[in-house]
This record gives sequence, C-alpha cells and structure tokens, in this order.
Amino acid sequence: MAPNEPLPSRRDFLVQSSRTAAGIGIAAVLGNLGTWALSLGADNEPIKVGVLHSLSGTMAISEVSLKDVVSMAVQEINAKGGVLGRQLKLVVVDPASNWDLFAEKAKQLLVQEKVAVVFGCWTSVSRKSVLPIFEEHNGLLFYPVQYEGEECSKNVFYTGAAVNQQAVPAVEYLMSKEGGSFKKFYLLGTDYVYPKTTNKILRAMLLAKKVPAANIMEEYTPFHHQDYQTIVGKIKKFAAGGGACVISTINGDSNVPFYKEFANQGLRAEDAPIMAFSVAEDELRGMDKTALVGHLAAWNYYQSVDTPQNKQFVANFKAYCKKNNLPDGEKRVTDDPIEAAYFGVHVWKQAVEKAGTTEVNAVRKAVYGQKFLAPGGEIMMDEANHHTNKPVLIGEILKDGQFKVVWRSKGLVKPEPWSEYTNPDKGCDWVNHQGTYKKA
Amino acid sequence: MDESRHRMKLFIGIGMIAASLGWFAIGSVAAEAQANVSPSPQVEQALADVSSEVEGTREQAVRLLIEQGDASLLPRMEALRADADRSLRMAIKPVIDIWRNRANLASPDADTRRTAATDLGTNGRPAAIPWLQAAAANESHRWVRYAMEESALLLKLASNNPAGQQQAAAKLGDMRSQNAVPALQALVQAGIDESATAEQKALAQTATAAIERIESWNVWSSAIETLFRGISLSSILLIMSLGLAIVFGLMGVINMAHGELMMIGAYATFVVQECFKLYVPESWFDSYYLAALPAAFLASALFGLILEATVIRFLYGRPLETMLATWGVSLILIQGARMYFGDLTAITAPSWLNGGTQVLVGVFLPFNRLFIIALSILSVIGIYVLLFRSSIGLRVRAVTQNRSMSACLGIPTRKVDAYTFAFGSGLAGIAGWALTLVGNVEPGLGQNYIVDSFMVVVTGGVGKLAGTIIASLGIGGLNKLMEPSLGAVYGKVLILVLVILFLQRRPSGLFAVKGRHAEG
Repeated sequence: MAPNEPLPSRRDFLVQSSRTAAGIGIAAVLGNLGTWALSLGADNEPIKVGVLHSLSGTMAISEVSLKDVVSMAVQEINAKGGVLGRQLKLVVVDPASNWDLFAEKAKQLLVQEKVAVVFGCWTSVSRKSVLPIFEEHNGLLFYPVQYEGEECSKNVFYTGAAVNQQAVPAVEYLMSKEGGSFKKFYLLGTDYVYPKTTNKILRAMLLAKKVPAANIMEEYTPFHHQDYQTIVGKIKKFAAGGGACVISTINGDSNVPFYKEFANQGLRAEDAPIMAFSVAEDELRGMDKTALVGHLAAWNYYQSVDTPQNKQFVANFKAYCKKNNLPDGEKRVTDDPIEAAYFGVHVWKQAVEKAGTTEVNAVRKAVYGQKFLAPGGEIMMDEANHHTNKPVLIGEILKDGQFKVVWRSKGLVKPEPWSEYTNPDKGCDWVNHQGTYKKA
Repeated sequence: MDESRHRMKLFIGIGMIAASLGWFAIGSVAAEAQANVSPSPQVEQALADVSSEVEGTREQAVRLLIEQGDASLLPRMEALRADADRSLRMAIKPVIDIWRNRANLASPDADTRRTAATDLGTNGRPAAIPWLQAAAANESHRWVRYAMEESALLLKLASNNPAGQQQAAAKLGDMRSQNAVPALQALVQAGIDESATAEQKALAQTATAAIERIESWNVWSSAIETLFRGISLSSILLIMSLGLAIVFGLMGVINMAHGELMMIGAYATFVVQECFKLYVPESWFDSYYLAALPAAFLASALFGLILEATVIRFLYGRPLETMLATWGVSLILIQGARMYFGDLTAITAPSWLNGGTQVLVGVFLPFNRLFIIALSILSVIGIYVLLFRSSIGLRVRAVTQNRSMSACLGIPTRKVDAYTFAFGSGLAGIAGWALTLVGNVEPGLGQNYIVDSFMVVVTGGVGKLAGTIIASLGIGGLNKLMEPSLGAVYGKVLILVLVILFLQRRPSGLFAVKGRHAEG
C-alpha cells in the first residue's frame, strides 16, 4: 500500500469482504453442483478395464491371443448392456515382454487410468514384478496361466491351474495302470522359475510315492535352446528297457527342435511319451506336427472339449478374429489360457454385479465361491484361496494340432497354491487367515 | 450239411469247456493246433467273454485272445472297442496291440517291423516268443533282425524258466543289448538276496557278466555318438559362420543383421513350401525342399545386395557405425517378419530326411544331421573353389588385400564389394535353409544363432576360412564333450568362458588377421 493513500474505511472493508465471501460461497456451491453433476454422469460413464499383455517381444506369440479373447469377452458383455448398466472400456497397454515395463505399465493402469480390474501377465517373472504394485495400490489382477504356485496374493485371482491341477495329476496318470505304469521319469525343462518349482514339487511327489531317486532325472536348458542331440541321447539311454517317460516343462520355441530330435533319433511316443505342460493348441498352430503326434499334454481345457458352450465359444472366437482382421483370422484356435482369460472376465463381471460396485474390496469378496459355466464346463472360484476349482484333462496330440482327451478328472479339482509335497504345513486363505498361514 | 453242423456243435462244445477251464487247461499244444483255424469256437467265446462284467472272466478271455487270435479278427475287435466303455477299452487294448504287432512283423516296411518287434518285447507276453523267432529267421534287414532276436530274448529273460533265462542273459550280453540292462540288474539283485537258490545265484553271475559286456560297449557307443554330435553341431556352426566370415573377414564389415539374413533364408524356404502345398501335386511335395535352396540363396543375396547399396557402402571402414546401422536393420527385419508371418511357423521336413539310420548297436544317426554335415562340407569346397580357383575369387582377394592397387588395375572394386557382400548374404540364406531342418522358423531365429556365429568367427581369426572351420570344429566338439556332464546351461557358460580366456591369450584368434583390417 502506498504511504499517501487513505486507509479504507471500516464500512468499505466490510462490504468488500462480504462480497468476496459471497463470491466464494457461490463458487463453492457451483463447484459442488459441478462435482455432483459429474458424479451423476459417472454412473453412465464406462468402467475402465485394463489389459496387461505383451503385444511385442518374445512373449507376444502367446499373449496376443489373450488380449484378443479379453476384448472379445468385453464386447460380449457390452453387447448385453454392460455391467451395472455401464459399458466396459478397454485400456490396452503393451509391456513388450519386458519385466520392468510390466511394473511400469501396471502402475500406469492403476494410478493414471484408475482401471477397475486388470487382466494380464503370462510369465511368472512378469507376475512377480507387478505384484507389489497391485498390493500397494489395492488393484485387482486376473492371471490366466498355469503356474508354479507358492503364492497367495490378496490382489490376484488365479484362473489358470496350480501345480496340483496340472502337473501332479499328469504324473499320477502316467504312474497309473491306464496311463502306462511308468517307472522312470525324465524331468526336462527350460531354465527358469516355473519348471524348477514344478519339478521340485514333482520330485518330492515321486519320492513320496517310492520312486527310487535313480529313476528320476532332472535337466534344464537355456531359453531358445536348439540343439537337443545330447539330451535326447541321454533320454534314449535312460529309456532303454522301457517304463520311462519325459515330463516336459520346455517353454516356447525350444519345443520344436526337441520333438524333432526325439523322433529323428528313433524314439516314439510308444517308447517314452513326452508329457508337456506348456504345449497347447495355440503353440501347435504354427508347428510341424508330425513329430508330436501321440505325445501327451495336461491342461484344464482343450478346444476339442465337446460341449455346446465350447462349440459356441470356439466359433465366436474364430469369427471375432476374422471380423477384426487379426492375423490368421478363422484359422485361430482356442486353448487353456485363452479359456481361462475368457472366463476370468465373466467371473469378474458376475462379482461386480453381486457386489453392486466395482470397488476392489467388495468385488474380491464377491468373487469367492463364484460359479461360471465356462466353455470347458462349469468352474468355481475357490471360497478362500483366490484360485480356481477346475477339471484336469490329459490329451494326446493329434495330427491336426488338436488334442484327444484320454483322461479326465472326476469333477473339479480343488486348487492348492502350496503343494502338499513341498509345503505340507502351509495353506492359503483370505477369509479365515490373512493369506498364507501355517496349518496347525 | 449234417456233418458240418455236427462238427460245429462239437466245436462249440469244446469251446465252452475250454473257455470254462481257462487257458491254462488248453496249453500250448491246443494253441498251435488252432493257429490257422479262424475264428475257432473258443476264440468266439473269448470274444464274447471280453465284454463280461466279471473281471476274472475278462482277463482270461484277453489272455486266450492274445494266445490264439490273429490280426484277421482286428476289425471285430475294433467294432467292439467302438462302443465300449473305458474299462473295456483298456482291457481290449493289449489284445489289439499285440495282434497288430504280430501282423506288423510281416510288414513290407522295415521301420514298422522293427517297431512291432520292440513293442512285443516290452509287453511281457511269452506267447510272442515263437512269432518273433519265426520272423527273425526270415528277416533280411540287419537291425530289424536284431530287434526281433532281442525282443524274443527279453521275453525269455522275463519268463520263469531258469535254463531259458540263463541262455537269454548270456546271449543278450553278446548282443550288447542296452534294453536288457534293467531286467539283468533285477536278476543280479535277486541273486544277492540271502534266500537265493543256487540257480538264482548262477543266473546272477551270468547277468553280471552280461551287464559288464553291455556297459563296456556302452562306453564305446557313447563316445561314437558324442563324436557324431560334436561334428554335427560343428557343421551347423560352420554353415552359419561361413557367410559371416566372408563379410566380416574379407570385407571388414561387422554385419549384425547376418542372423536376420538367415531368417530370410528360412522364411524363403517356408514360402516355397507353402507354394508347393498350394500349386504342386502332393506327390511332388518332398521336392519342395530342394527347390527352396536356390530360393533361399537368392532371397538372402538379393536382400544383401539392397542392404549393401543402401546402408553399408556408405560406411566402409567404419566398423562401429556399420555395426549400429546393421543392428537397426536387424530389429526392423525381426519386427517385420513378426508382423507378416506371425510368430511361429515350421517346416515339414521332407520325408527322406525324417528318421535316421542305425550303424552299430546303440548308435543311431539322424538323416537331417548327416545332411547338414554333407552340406557344410560341400559349402566349404564351393567357397574354396570360388575364392581360390576362379577369376572372380581372384578379384575378391585382390580388392581385399589392396583396394587402390586393384582399382588401378581396372578391377571394378565397387561391384566386387557389392557382389561379395551379396554372396556372403546368400550363404546366410543357405544356413537358414539348413536350419529349418533342426528348429522352427520364427522371427528370432537369427538372434538365437548370431552370438555363436560371431564366437566362431572371432575365435577362428578374422579373415581366414581355415580358422572358421577349425574354430567351429573346436567349439562344437568341446560343447558336446562337456554337455553330458555339465548340462546344457553350464556347458554353454563354460564355452563362453573358454573362448574369452583363449582370446585373452590370442586376441587375433587362431589365425592372424589379414585383409582390410590389416591395412589400418
């Protein structure tokens, strides 16, 4: 204030300040009105749904199909009026098979985009790298791929198989009379967490079932390994005299050279079948199947499952791929992770409708015990441990890259995130315990 | 008419009694007598009994069918299986398997005969011994006969007749049969047991001797197989490195896109295959692979030519810039292939390259590997002739050694550069063509091999083909030597460590550098 200017009179001051106050008041009311109007509008605003799958890089081969099926499921739901009267809006990000980028993109989805739920991840590394983000920001992730277990997160629903829903029954089948009463097991895998943990559990299980340690071989190869001469030679020596089988957790592009070498060195599925946990219809699509015929795989779903829902699902997926000009169009196939990704979206939708909100804590509770008629048959979300009760199917590879089911579990198999063989004292329960707990 | 009816009644009567007494009562005499009468009444009865609810009856029927039935009844069995429940299907399976195998012993295809013999040997049905022996007597193929004899002996070894077991154990030892080891070990175990009879002990002795003979042969066969694998891996390394050695060694260009040139060769093979599927009669399909050779070479060479003209020629003598630029090109190519071809496509190997051949007991050589070994030898000869026995080669060497002098003498150095680079790229295409036999065709194909190729070229000494050959033999052989004991992961790590140590001592590789690098 300049020194010669007269001081404002008291009256002036009062008028001035009341005016200001009124202004603020009106502004506040207007502001409130605005937020209120906005919140009214939000009820009809679309719900944002995140997709976190690699669309480029090494994992694109498997993960692109999952993005496709999630967007198909979202389209289906939107066509039927959406969820809680609101449409779903996909937010697709591409973490490019890069684990650090997975964490970054997950954060982007949760913090910036504020998505209600995320469908995503394939490899265990990618899942492990986004876990802290989901836990910190209380997000919700639906994870659709079979994995090694030993995890129990409050923020993840696992719609793929735990080890006791795939690997363990597969080996039990091979040991059974109808599976061929195999006595020697060659555990062969790619050198990373899923094969190593799975084989640790399988080894403990085989030893518990009185298979002598000399009859169990374990071997790992680097990613992209191409030269299987020595290993197949070893398998041949191991299989001499009969009664041997191979449990394969080989991942990705190493499978083709392995099966080729296996056949070329004169080994056949009849001598020593290969039971694979990572070879599904989608991977077989581009492969030369001649060397693979007769070998086995264990999954919870096959495209060949003969139910009306599945026929519809397969037809829908092919039509969707064709309509949207996706690569290979009508030649696309469905497989286990594709089915798991698909019903994950529907399970979430049912849970949101049950909870009446997309708020994560309410939805989580609503997921427990949720049933859904999936393409492969009815599944049930577990009542406490965040995994899925699913059937187990063992299939034989056919010439056309499809599977013939040779064995099927009786009913649904209850998931065990902590294997009874390696961690008999641990359990996972988010209702009565806080996640992983020690069994009394 | 009357008589035949009477005979039928009689047969049915016998059949009923026989079936009710079970197969023990019938014995082997009846089995032989009935062998050619089909279908005999007791077989008929057994065919009916197979679907019985009582497990004992069913098992008996299965046994009888295995002893007496033959492949002519297969259609009926198949019909039975078609509308059977799971447990019945499981019961019928061994019967069908054994009949089919028995029929297959006379198949015109050697592989089928061998497979049938092996299967009969592992299923533990003594009834198959006479079939196998009869088949072996008429068998002309050495290894099929071996499988038949081995299977018959294995069945004898599993029987309860000590004299037969004794003889079988000795003979299996003579035959160096790897398949007999588990059964022989079981016999040795039985002999060690305190309650073992003198017979069992004698048998255990024979078994021990047999195992020793088998194991000592095993050492030899493993050594031969390891050697073969080493050569096979070396030939793959060599084929991949040849093109790289030419552009890297002779021209001084570090071409990071070399792996992607291999990928182009592989995709060219794939495209030729698809074209054959679409436009050529099926009986000609196998020849697609030969047609793909020029296609793979030309596609990669053409691409190399373009790459040289648009990128590399501006960067001669600047290895680091070339490296970055070609690396960029390689990334573009990978993503381009991914977008156009999708992620995983595979070649159906032509039927004449499927399977393999047995040369010794326990030594099996796959055809595709033999083919690649032959191809690598041919490539080396071809390159040698081209570089050292032709006028083009003379010019290439001249330009390599002294560019300005060559230019003065009227050699079109620009053209020579372009064609040499194209030739090296074409060789990468051939490598890609050959690699489709081993692995799959995918955008990352080149990336999987490029490190190995560089390793070979650097170890061998840049610019010397002989160095490349020796380095690939050394690295391939060493790899296969260490892999059995170290496993694939550590084997590879150790190879890298050894190469680094070697380069510490001899930075210029096995053979000293000549060519453009040396000019400074």
